[in-house]
Amino acid sequence: MKAPRFGRRERPVVDPIGRPLNDPARELRDAEARGDASAVDVIADPEPTELERITGWLDERTGLAGLVRTTLRKVFPDHWSFLLGEIALFCFIILVATGTFLTFFFVPSASQTTYAGPYPPLQGATVSEAYNSVLRLSFDVKAGLLMRQVHHWTAVVFVAVIVAHLSRVFFTGAFRRPREINWLIGFGLLTFALAEGFTGYSLPDDLLSGTGARIAYSAAISIPLIGPYVASLLFGGEFPTAAFLPRFFVLHVMLLPALFAGAIVAHVGLVFLQKHTQFRVGRAREDNVVGRHFWPGQAFVSGGLFFLTAAVVALLGGLVQINPIWAYGPFDAPIVSSPAQPDWYVGWLDGSLRIFPPFEPVILGITIPSAFVPGVVIPGILFTIVGIWPFIERRVTGDRAPHNLLDWPWESPFRAATGAAILGLFAILTLAGGNDVLSAFLDLPIESLTWLFRFLVLAFPIAVWLVVYALCRSRQRYPAPDERPKGGIRLVRNATGGWEEAE
Amino acid sequence: MNRRERRAERLVLACFAVTFLTGLGLLGVYTLGGDTQVQGVLLALCLGGLGAGIVLWAQELMSNEERVEERHPLGTGPEGSAAVAEALTDEAGFSRRRVLQGGLVAALGGLAAALAIPVLSLGPAPGRSLFETPWKKGLHLVGFDNQPVKADAIPQDGVVTVFPEGFPGSADGQTLLIHAGADRLQLQGDAATWAPNGFVAYSKVCTHAGCPVGLYRAAQGQLICPCHQSTFDVMQGAVPVFGPAARPLPQLPIQLEADGTFTALGDFSEPVGPSFWDMRLGG
Ligand code: FES
Repeated sequence: MKAPRFGRRERPVVDPIGRPLNDPARELRDAEARGDASAVDVIADPEPTELERITGWLDERTGLAGLVRTTLRKVFPDHWSFLLGEIALFCFIILVATGTFLTFFFVPSASQTTYAGPYPPLQGATVSEAYNSVLRLSFDVKAGLLMRQVHHWTAVVFVAVIVAHLSRVFFTGAFRRPREINWLIGFGLLTFALAEGFTGYSLPDDLLSGTGARIAYSAAISIPLIGPYVASLLFGGEFPTAAFLPRFFVLHVMLLPALFAGAIVAHVGLVFLQKHTQFRVGRAREDNVVGRHFWPGQAFVSGGLFFLTAAVVALLGGLVQINPIWAYGPFDAPIVSSPAQPDWYVGWLDGSLRIFPPFEPVILGITIPSAFVPGVVIPGILFTIVGIWPFIERRVTGDRAPHNLLDWPWESPFRAATGAAILGLFAILTLAGGNDVLSAFLDLPIESLTWLFRFLVLAFPIAVWLVVYALCRSRQRYPAPDERPKGGIRLVRNATGGWEEAE
Repeated sequence: MNRRERRAERLVLACFAVTFLTGLGLLGVYTLGGDTQVQGVLLALCLGGLGAGIVLWAQELMSNEERVEERHPLGTGPEGSAAVAEALTDEAGFSRRRVLQGGLVAALGGLAAALAIPVLSLGPAPGRSLFETPWKKGLHLVGFDNQPVKADAIPQDGVVTVFPEGFPGSADGQTLLIHAGADRLQLQGDAATWAPNGFVAYSKVCTHAGCPVGLYRAAQGQLICPCHQSTFDVMQGAVPVFGPAARPLPQLPIQLEADGTFTALGDFSEPVGPSFWDMRLGG
């Protein structure tokens, strides 16, 4: 056995008479037989290495040696799709790091000032302190624009990766007993991430961000009866208010990240306790975990993936312009720019607001605002379905058994079809959110496009559901990936001259 | 070490070298003035080299041996849950005092009410604020500069954004003054008298979700909101003809003064902007 290289003093590798020390039990017996007390001491209680001294110091004060050892030896199943959640976590870390840098320069204030920076078109313009500080960050602070763009790009990637991770968990049935709680926590993480995106988007106080905030205010106002109160408490009065920037800032940099971090700890903690799910391949069974030790293999892969994730967002942030607020201009209530495009993950909500028919009935003097159904009810229903899916599916299938082995997506056609239909619905709504851009691009009148989307939003999810269901059923007739014989399928000539699969 | 391992080791070293060099390069570029694109690429190479090196190291040079770990059910069974339930309730001084438990819950309810105080301070009660704008009888229609706009400065089909005198830039008072032309306007009743010489004024706040209705298509006589494309017919009292908005833009009663300026005859007759549930109950 080779001694670890960390120690200053190495563990003796030969005994006093020069024999290799590779069998402590035999060495001990020999030494005792010889009556060599000092040798007995050294063999029974060898000099600790430097590393052992450190771990010992910590263990004596925490008693965690056992837990740490178990963690280092924990087995992680290996599949590329299991890394999606990790990438989301890495994005969060990058967001905190770049975001912290941004807070050192950002001024969350709506009070007015005159722009006197180096960007000629805006010189002399009356802008808010917030907008001014983001311009300064973009043009005057060295590497400030890079940090800002990396932050924004990471946010964009962050939500995308969360959605991908959620889809993986959904389509493989990883949310089933005993992992329902973690589905709920994960769903909470998604909503926190969306709220982070929305509040962050509003902070630079440019024309576009103001438009998003205004629509959020209108959606809040449309809540039954208490709406005007909710909106007033949230924004500190009637929109636009001076209070809303500092409030969104605190939500964005303190409350939401704290909630997010707490939920991540719970999320990862539960994965640790329950152990990771795995696909039904090789030696994997319900009652084991097959994969790689956490240390060093898995930990190195994850650590490397962190830097690779950071590299991708650094490249995007450096080369691809995002949210050039100087081009949009400062927020001003009576001005709006067209087309106003939100970040991609809010587009579906915008689409819902755009294509919903004008509907504002007055019942017994009570008005149901036109923004209520498309802006509050529809998102509420969609998110509730996603949030409580494990319980819906349990109802539908009656499957209450614990599952540690994952389904292949086609093994549950109902789930796969429903998930695909929901994704399809979001996709159509997102496209509808860009109907003005599409109309210019396709040279179609916006009215026809809107009617097309009104049709598609109903027809497309149904079509997707049927197609995916049929595809899953037909895929079920073939063996699952692990059951297929290695090296492909063997065909043999049969009696009638045709081909058939060899057994 | 075989040839494959030697190659892998060289590759990992090369990756780390990229990180080392680009890191120094980044510092250099920064010191020499910095450039977002160059810094972005260098930073990406610096991070990417490190990431690629570490992953390669793990994949090529560490044992990829498949390990198997047993998985045991997490639950401790009925005894476990019974033990927890017992631990929660075995203090008779707690579990038997039903009246006190009820009192505690009631007290916490009171505490919750007390805690509402800071929450309620977050914003004023909306009161009449959603029903009113700064518009009042006799106020001039002014531009961003608080100067009254003049009729002869607005050509046929021209549009200006106007505010109540003394409130330039007002968010809920913002109004569009449109020179629609007397022959094209088809307003009924009071509304017709509020449109002197073919000038008509509508709230600029969209009745859908509150965006400023920014676009006037003079040929069709339509106002279009850029947010969700609600379209309002200016000639018919700004009734919505397309898109998600369901309520006309409220019309501002105005009159033309002898000096060519406009004044308001009063506030809008309806709340401006997005609707809310009790808007027709009078607040
Ligand atoms: S805000 Fe005007 S159409 Fe929605």
